[in-house]
Amino acid sequence: MNTATYQPGEHPELPPPVSERGALGWVRAHLLSSPFNIGLTLLSLWFLWWIVPPAIDWFFIDAAYTGADRNACRATAPDGACWAFVGERLQLFTYGFYPAEERWRVNLSFVLLCVALVPVLFDHVPYRKAGLIYAAAFPFIAGWLLIGGFGLTPVPTDKFGGFMLTLVIGVTGIAFSLPIGILLALGRMSKLPIIHVFSVSFIEFIRGVPLITLLFVASTMLNYFLPPGSTFDLLLRVLIMVTLFASGYMAEVIRGGLQAIPSGQSEAADALGLKYWQAMRLIVLPQALRISIPGIVNTFIGLYKDTTLVIIIGLLDPLGIGRASVADTKWAGLSTELYVFVAVFFFVSCFAMSRYSLYLERKLETGHKR
Amino acid sequence: MTTAPTDTDSQTTVGGDSVAASHADQPAIDIIGMHKWYADFHVLKNINLRVARGERIVICGPSGSGKSTMIRCINRLEEHQQGDIIVDGVKLTNDLKNIETIRREVGMVFQHFNLFPHLTVMENCMLAPVWVRKTPKAEAVETAMKYLERVKIPEQANKYPGQLSGGQQQRVAIARSLCMNPRIMLFDEPTSALDPEMIKEVLDVMVELAQEGMTMLCVTHEMGFAKTVANRVIFMDVGEIIEENTPDLFFDQPQHERTKLFLSQILSH
Repeated sequence: MNTATYQPGEHPELPPPVSERGALGWVRAHLLSSPFNIGLTLLSLWFLWWIVPPAIDWFFIDAAYTGADRNACRATAPDGACWAFVGERLQLFTYGFYPAEERWRVNLSFVLLCVALVPVLFDHVPYRKAGLIYAAAFPFIAGWLLIGGFGLTPVPTDKFGGFMLTLVIGVTGIAFSLPIGILLALGRMSKLPIIHVFSVSFIEFIRGVPLITLLFVASTMLNYFLPPGSTFDLLLRVLIMVTLFASGYMAEVIRGGLQAIPSGQSEAADALGLKYWQAMRLIVLPQALRISIPGIVNTFIGLYKDTTLVIIIGLLDPLGIGRASVADTKWAGLSTELYVFVAVFFFVSCFAMSRYSLYLERKLETGHKR
Repeated sequence: MTTAPTDTDSQTTVGGDSVAASHADQPAIDIIGMHKWYADFHVLKNINLRVARGERIVICGPSGSGKSTMIRCINRLEEHQQGDIIVDGVKLTNDLKNIETIRREVGMVFQHFNLFPHLTVMENCMLAPVWVRKTPKAEAVETAMKYLERVKIPEQANKYPGQLSGGQQQRVAIARSLCMNPRIMLFDEPTSALDPEMIKEVLDVMVELAQEGMTMLCVTHEMGFAKTVANRVIFMDVGEIIEENTPDLFFDQPQHERTKLFLSQILSH
């Protein structure tokens, strides 16, 4: 105990007590602070011991990585996963029925996507401005690469499938729902009656109807509204529906952020002579989007996972491919492996999004607390 | 209802001779018979006020008297429904062009600073010159530094507003307005949200600005400031200008009962 006395104004800054510092201090404070807490800690340890080793056994140690069919798997690894199944079908899971000799186009699109993401996700990268222009052009480049035409062999979109289809729908939805959502949110807060009423009706309609219904509308009903004889690509219809659906939710998330920005911010922007769009783009939206990041990423993740719903209208996403595969007598009954595999794929993508959003929040923190 | 039973005619100016620019004959601000309502609530009633170039005016009054609303009408943060407001020869109408012209020339400092928290101090100061005046970046940096030096915080240029004290933030806000090189400055209770220790540093900057001949309208209860720099003090209550006078006469011989009561209340402690 520190018992020294000091003159007023001369008290030095002392380190905190030893029991509050270091790893031991952390364990004591967080795991062993009370009998109840000690009990919880023991219970958690027991739970982990009960669940983790068997899971690792099933996943890796007891698993069969090779084998011609299910029976071969079961013979070598009676209690483990049969990853041979996934291994054999990996091409199908990845590309769907995209023609084998054209799959380099899918791979190239994926590489180009990763390149396009760098300047979008991170600042302080070299040539960021050029990178952003490229990122804006990417959807068109990817569309050309995947669909073909203009010198490439055309590939009909009903050949798209697997993770590639998930990425096409997910990335398109994410890329377009954010700007549309922003416009809808601003429209909903607009003082112009036409824009306001349009935005409100659109958002409420989208939020009031299940996505599956919209997908069915996309796959069947639109034909009634379109002029007879006109064909309208099914995948394109799905992309539009998924994007609009996510935009409706996005708009409300962003409206929440906009309402949290004090009116003084746009007043100060007005007083400095900024025009409406300048004030929005430079002052209000950067702040509103920052506080909306958790909600925005939430919507992105929801959209990404909802892409599995396209199975209902006959598009072959990874689950669709997988269900067809486990129906094959060779691999019958391996649905656990299938769902675990697809779950891991989605978890990795969604976890990455969620970690990125935390990184972004921390980066944009400027010490301003309201 | 009659307005402003004062002994100075509200249409004459006091001290407007200090800065005589090209439009010396033209007032900086001319408010003629202005009314404003919030829905059915009549907030401003027949406001008449002429501000000459270089004139410093302090506006005081109890809360809810409409003083902030009045100066916010001058750069159209609030819309008036009747009467005319002519700023720097430009009449305020619904025409966005006119509003933008006026806002470029009129700087405003707010009670709660309203700095942009996601931008550094330097970026706060550069924003309007770059986007509104289309000043080249290098020049905007130079101007920003010049005014940050004038408000005595050039060393904070790369910090974010959230890292500064209230007094420093308000001085940045003043510098931010000055970077647009305005001809008129409006201050809306610039020291009301500050700790007592920080009020002086902000007032010092404002006094300096006044001494350089800036046309200033300042809503404040800092009576020391009013006595030092104001050419005229205006007292408002229930949406009207009740009384206006030179600071000496205003504080020593208030004419109106309401003014006397107000002064006794704010000067009693």
